[in-house]
Amino acid sequence: MSRTMVTLDGNEAAAYVAHKINEVIAIYPITPSSAMGEWADAYSAAGQKNIWGTIPQVTEMQSEGGAAGAVHGALQTGALTTTFTASQGLLLMIPNMYKIAGELTPTVFHVSARTVATHALSIFGDHSDVMACRQTGFGLLSSASIQEIMDFALISQAATLESRIPFIHFFDGFRSSHEVQKIEQLTMDDMRAMIDDELVFEHRRRALSPDRPVLRGTAQNPDVFFQGRETINPFYAACPGIVQKAMDKFAKIAGRSYHLFDYVGAPDAEQVIVLMGSSGEAAHEAVDYLNKKGHKVGLIKVRLYRPFSADHFIAAIPKSTKSIAVLDRTKEPGSAGEPLYGDVLTALSESMMAGKLTMADFPRVISGRYGLSSKEFTPAMVKGVFDELKKSEPKNHFTVGINDDLSHTSIDYDPHFSTEPDDVVRALFYGLGSDGTVGANKNSIKIIGEETDNYAQGYFVYDSKKAGTVTVSHLRFGPRPIQSTYTISKANFIACHQQFFLEKFNMLESAVEGATFLLNSQADPADVWDTLPRNVQAEIVKKKIKFYVIDAYKVAKESNMGVRINTIMQTCFFAISGVLPRAEAIEKIKQAIKKTYGAKGDRIVQMNYLAVDHTLENLHEVKVPDKVTSKIEMPPIVSEESPEFVKTVVAKILQGKGDELPVSAMPIDGTFPTGTTQWEKRNVALEIPVWDPDTCIQCGKCVMVCPHAAIRQKAYDGKILAKAPTTFKSTPAKGKDFAEGWRYTLQVAPEDCTGCALCVEVCPSKNKQEVGRKAINMAPQPPIRLQERENFTFFLQEIPDLDRSSVKIDSVKGSQFLQPLFEYSGACAGCGETPYVKLLSQLFGERAIIANATGCSSIYGGNLPTTPYTTNRDGRGPAWSNSLFEDNAEFGLGFRLTLDKQNEYAQELAKALSADLGDQLVDDLLKADQSSEAGIAAQRERVKELRKKLATNKSREAKHLLSVADNLVKKSVWILGGDGWAYDIGYGGLDHVLASGRNVNVLVLDTEVYSNTGGQMSKSTPLGAVAKFAAAGKPLPKKDMGMIFMSYGNIYVARVAMGYNDLQVVRAFLEADAYDGPSIIIAYSHCIAHGIPMHKGMDEQRAAVESGHYPLFRFNPAKLAEGGNPLKLDSKAPSISFADFAYGETRFKMLTKSHPDRAKMLIEMAQDQISARWRLYEAWAAMTGPSGE
Amino acid sequence: MDLSTTYMGLKLKNPLVPSASPLSKDLATIKRLEDAGASAVVLYSLFEEQISFEAAELDHFLTQGTESYAEALSYFPQVEEYNLGPEEYLEHIRKAKEATDIPIIASLNGVSTGGWTGYAKKMQDAGADALELNIYFLSTDSKRDGREIENLYRSVLKAVKASVTIPVAMKLSPYFSSLAHMIELLDQDGADGFVLFNRFYQPDLDLESLEVNPGVVLSNSSDLRLPLRWIAILYGRVEAGLAGSTGVHTAEDAIKMMMAGADIAQMCAALLLNGPQVIGKVLADMKKWMEANEYESIRQMQGSMSQKSVAEPAAFERANYMKALNNFRTSGSR
Repeated sequence: MSRTMVTLDGNEAAAYVAHKINEVIAIYPITPSSAMGEWADAYSAAGQKNIWGTIPQVTEMQSEGGAAGAVHGALQTGALTTTFTASQGLLLMIPNMYKIAGELTPTVFHVSARTVATHALSIFGDHSDVMACRQTGFGLLSSASIQEIMDFALISQAATLESRIPFIHFFDGFRSSHEVQKIEQLTMDDMRAMIDDELVFEHRRRALSPDRPVLRGTAQNPDVFFQGRETINPFYAACPGIVQKAMDKFAKIAGRSYHLFDYVGAPDAEQVIVLMGSSGEAAHEAVDYLNKKGHKVGLIKVRLYRPFSADHFIAAIPKSTKSIAVLDRTKEPGSAGEPLYGDVLTALSESMMAGKLTMADFPRVISGRYGLSSKEFTPAMVKGVFDELKKSEPKNHFTVGINDDLSHTSIDYDPHFSTEPDDVVRALFYGLGSDGTVGANKNSIKIIGEETDNYAQGYFVYDSKKAGTVTVSHLRFGPRPIQSTYTISKANFIACHQQFFLEKFNMLESAVEGATFLLNSQADPADVWDTLPRNVQAEIVKKKIKFYVIDAYKVAKESNMGVRINTIMQTCFFAISGVLPRAEAIEKIKQAIKKTYGAKGDRIVQMNYLAVDHTLENLHEVKVPDKVTSKIEMPPIVSEESPEFVKTVVAKILQGKGDELPVSAMPIDGTFPTGTTQWEKRNVALEIPVWDPDTCIQCGKCVMVCPHAAIRQKAYDGKILAKAPTTFKSTPAKGKDFAEGWRYTLQVAPEDCTGCALCVEVCPSKNKQEVGRKAINMAPQPPIRLQERENFTFFLQEIPDLDRSSVKIDSVKGSQFLQPLFEYSGACAGCGETPYVKLLSQLFGERAIIANATGCSSIYGGNLPTTPYTTNRDGRGPAWSNSLFEDNAEFGLGFRLTLDKQNEYAQELAKALSADLGDQLVDDLLKADQSSEAGIAAQRERVKELRKKLATNKSREAKHLLSVADNLVKKSVWILGGDGWAYDIGYGGLDHVLASGRNVNVLVLDTEVYSNTGGQMSKSTPLGAVAKFAAAGKPLPKKDMGMIFMSYGNIYVARVAMGYNDLQVVRAFLEADAYDGPSIIIAYSHCIAHGIPMHKGMDEQRAAVESGHYPLFRFNPAKLAEGGNPLKLDSKAPSISFADFAYGETRFKMLTKSHPDRAKMLIEMAQDQISARWRLYEAWAAMTGPSGE
Repeated sequence: MDLSTTYMGLKLKNPLVPSASPLSKDLATIKRLEDAGASAVVLYSLFEEQISFEAAELDHFLTQGTESYAEALSYFPQVEEYNLGPEEYLEHIRKAKEATDIPIIASLNGVSTGGWTGYAKKMQDAGADALELNIYFLSTDSKRDGREIENLYRSVLKAVKASVTIPVAMKLSPYFSSLAHMIELLDQDGADGFVLFNRFYQPDLDLESLEVNPGVVLSNSSDLRLPLRWIAILYGRVEAGLAGSTGVHTAEDAIKMMMAGADIAQMCAALLLNGPQVIGKVLADMKKWMEANEYESIRQMQGSMSQKSVAEPAAFERANYMKALNNFRTSGSR
């Protein structure tokens, strides 16, 4: 039977099989498994059928807990059902997994194994999630490679149906889920041959049906529960045999043979490593290499981890084995050893006790941890482990891959040891996210994988930030299947797609002797040598590197490609790497272009063809001089003025050398200093705003909308200007609040600005001589970088902020004089969420505690290396934490409970100590009016005085009061998250917390889609919008959460959109904070996932409101108490149609191009629904309150 | 009374044809135009620029921000096929043909000779009875001379003529240094008709927002005079048919066009302002006028006041004050 070779990643491999052998698929997005659900949804949307000829039903749920419930239900009613998940998602499924397994229900969950959040969240891969499911009764089957993922997805399904034991089929997150490989694709016939329909019928016969009713899910008592639990034993005993039987059957069908424990290496090996997952590939490579060099080593790849078959394990291990290292990709603090180690020891001990041990002596067994959170695991580390095993007293419970200078668990290895064969092309590409490098490389892999006999592998390393992101692509091509499951450290081809990277990364460090280096540079080929930093020149000369240069931006411009240089750089790679003959390569690139862009119209295809044709004539080999001439040095990573922690730890991470940090450098409990983004000067903007003081009306709107706090205003006594740099600009401060001689400055942070231009778009002031110019205008950054850096430093350090008490904070202008305590985050350029977060930090930051749901806001708020929440001159600023995705409202409520309790306790203690403290002070403290900035400042002074008095008081009460005295000052609890959290996964908790009556403030950053995981539909997604899981447009209306929470009557509810009415936003925030009860603000946030020009984000917000899609209001229960109508509409009746708004955004418009008739129907439905809702709001707002007002 | 006329070989029951406008975007409106008496309909224009722009825009926004951040490698679902070519327009032609019994003239707007001229063939295949090529090109590049621009028009016409068998009309602007010569060249290149003239978006300044507002100002009857003059001049000098466009609001306007030498009178502003039923009123008024003035047919009046036929041919060539001078000289020479 002929099978096609395909190049795909692990997620696609799993989804491809799972979709064809199931009927119902219930999913929920979570990195890195989201793509499996998306593939399944795409297959069903395209009408692809399963092996029984019907299209599987794919349903997105509100959480993984929901998905697991739906899976359980679907299984109980007889459908072949699956789901895809990872990490916390898998943990949320555990309660159902116990049930599913306890009821002996066949199913396979496909899991891209990911780190479970502990001291920090990590999206990367290890086995901590699947290991947390060992006890559920699920089988655990581990895939090591992309081919195995496809194969095991099928084998596990066959085995679950026969054994009735449900399975987790897992593979390593990112390393396997996102690695692209050339593999053999299984056919529908292969799948039909593997799946026994009789077993499917049996599954259906066990289903719940009123036609043959049974009852499952009883409650049992001490008398029988135990016995019932033991009934399943024969099934678990039979399971390993059944899995091996399925593997054997698969070998007959597909020709690839697997075993529960696959041994590779010398038959007479003395040292053996036992491990599972993708590390098996790298270890396999190392074992083969070492044995060729005369070593006697071996490896056991664990496939079936649960049920653990001791007999099969003992049978697999060579009799010659003297020592064994068991490697776990997880950590179980406090355990006797990590789980696989425990199982191996148990198996060996039990076989010894039973007299079945095959070895002459009980081997020495040691345990090691490796690879947490996708930490690299290389052949060098494998060799390090074998070397350790050979020692007379090897270290046990060791770690490998890190430097543990704290508890000294780590073992040494030689990082230069390499098993990479010479006939494998190893290419590294440094690109920007926006230049399309990764997409082009994925294309190259497809071309080489599918059009040649070569095997191909691609792995991509992304940035932690979302604006100006750097991507590094690791590509291998070679004549044999590629087992190198680690990034490339010895490259024979390196491409740098942006010249400025050369001053950031020492990329040629990874080049081998005689490697090829391709640079995209705007410099002339004759002059380009002189533009290289010294270290780059040195590497080129020392390693005799062949150096090529192209001005890809010139070629892109000539081919109407804008800044997308992907096709051009790809053509260069093929032209000089020699992977394919040049002419053939060009032909294949063009075919790939047709395939990739064909759906988007001929125009795009032709543009790319043109780019390919223009490339070769612009590609030049540079004659390399024999000596280093450059005086350009790599600039320091962070400023000399940065704090020690930033210099020693953060800078290392920024440099891409975080792997070198020892354990002792890391905070012990995940606690980090705030305010570190200020030290990372990213310089991602090509253009930045430049202020024209003569045109400026000093409204503060630009400051308000800046997503990165990179444009700021101050008003100050003009005398300060005596020390100002010469180019520092100012103008007389407008407004009666400022005395004669006061000046005003609008200053840009030139190295922190992302160049999004939102500020220029909202600027209402036009130059009278030249109306195209505003009070701020975009201009190229490099020429003014140094000057504006100096100006910004002066602005920050020398000009004081206005006294908060003196500022009119309930205005746009006034609020923008307050220092932002959230700055330079990693959010997308032009982000629609961060302006709200920044406003929050300005208004309440110095007394705010923020609970942040996982999502975009927790990533730009808390992802290393640098974080944006910062402090004011007094050292006060937001305290921030992220617990989980689903529990954020409850997490924030916990903050409030503490604050309330400790405030109460402080009051009690103060009263008790009033004789010592003075009645007046205590009375003032307890009765303080903290409703204004001045009131809060006064209370802070009182607490200061209190502290002074308590310092000398040695009583127990005094010590306690001292520890809780800060809680006498008003604090503001903010609960932040996106719509995925508020509308879906966290909704139940949010509802409960808002119903609690406690004084918490919720800010929902409503992008109407799961933004952080890549645009999946939420219940906030509007009717008619396209999103993942709504490829044909969402057919149901957006949940009106404002309406739902207004129905309680005692909750402050506001819906806001900064682009429509910025003043209303400020007022809503202030009212929410002032309201002594629960508040929720639902804030329209434009998003890159809407498919809009991001600099027009505020215009989109306005259109959303003007169309009636997003009516604004404030519902203030305090008004009810005064006898009025609590609901006040803050937006006017719709003035444009929904279509006028919607068709300005790709998320709606694309449907008119893919499903024109449905688009028409949905847009009409949406319009009707919007009109009806507006009437309802209008009627409610027009009602009189209890007092008749 | 015979109101029939022939335009580019199309036999039409009367000379009133709605010109390319948004009115024809809706099938029901096309039907209403036919019911009101329109003898043919020119569909709204398929814009080359728009098709290119939509493809580029979709590509841009579907790839914006992708492959940059590990958790969100894309933001939209994979869609197998987008309808980004002229398919929607072609489908509209098919539906219009099905729904009506009158000729349907498709309209194509573009300036390049690239792939889009291939759309002409597709329009023919979809059932269009004729094509109108709307090649308005505003040359603002001071480095390009008039000949280059003229050649651009000619090459587009030739490319389209080479790909279709149905008649092709050129809808032109009056802004050529030598309009008569240009039309002669296009006539020789095979144009089957000339639509005189296009009416363009002209920018206006908004004093409130200090922004430039592109927009179209609807014509009135006084705008008739420009096309009227040129039709009168061209009548009998070109093989191609002539369509008077711009300023046709009343029966008198239409009759003037006919007398100047037009085969048809295209209407737009009047229909946009007052709805399709205006055609019925104009037709009725035309009949009334013809009865009162004892005309039997449209054919009878066509070209009767063309430059060739009037007593004072020079009247079409001179500006008003020159006309006065001429009169003076004429009388003085006697």
